[in-house]
Amino acid sequence: MKTSVREVKGGVQILDLKGKITIGSGDVQLRETINKLVDEGKKNILINMQDVTTIDSSGIGELVGCYTSVTNKGGKLKLLHLPPKINDVLTVTQLITVFDVYESEPEAVASFAA
Amino acid sequence: MGISSPRPSDKTGPIRMSLSSRFENIEMAQHLCGKLIEGYELPEETRHWILMALREALANAIKHGNSQDLGKRVHLEMEVADHTLKIRVRDEGPGFDPKKVADPLAPENRLKTSGRGIFYMKTFMDEVAFRQVDGGGMEIRLSKKLLGATQKEEKRR
Repeated sequence: MKTSVREVKGGVQILDLKGKITIGSGDVQLRETINKLVDEGKKNILINMQDVTTIDSSGIGELVGCYTSVTNKGGKLKLLHLPPKINDVLTVTQLITVFDVYESEPEAVASFAA
Repeated sequence: MGISSPRPSDKTGPIRMSLSSRFENIEMAQHLCGKLIEGYELPEETRHWILMALREALANAIKHGNSQDLGKRVHLEMEVADHTLKIRVRDEGPGFDPKKVADPLAPENRLKTSGRGIFYMKTFMDEVAFRQVDGGGMEIRLSKKLLGATQKEEKRR
């Protein structure tokens, strides 16, 4: 998996993910990237999932872990551009109700200020 | 590693293989499973879920069963018979009681970072069965009908 971080207005960090978030390939990397942002005091994180090709239960577990660690530090973690299959995987485990999910980047970024 | 040649027909013999406990092997097994079912006109989504269930079964065996011990193997068998995909995954670990696996939908488990693999297998396949193997190891059996396989997806919507 490839990750890149860009900062947009309001100090929102957008994490663009590309590739797989699966066991042994991307799952730990996701956690480390988020932990680094949290350690740097970055509290508003938007994960852009548009180019994520595959996720498994490990990847889902890491997403949940990231959500919890950001929230525990008083931050917000939201998701952008969920591919349909990832949406389904989050839906069947009822996690879709946990995450704030957006289809529009400007709308997602603006939501952090609310 | 012995692999009999996969052919997309209903009369193909089982593919049997013994894998080292590395996550890298999951994709190779998924590729072979994809070949095994490629003769069936399945919705792309159904194909994806089958391969995800296989991924979860193998990941479970490698991580929880064999604890990534490279001295332990994961035994995989896949075949199509009676238009049904049948998968068996056996590890060499201590085994577990499937009844004691926590429900990932329970509110207290919703935010746990693990414990969803078996749930996904059950969601995406027609049958999932567990068996403690004599002489050690846990076996997971998965099956999925390949004709009329869209019905379950339609029901979920």
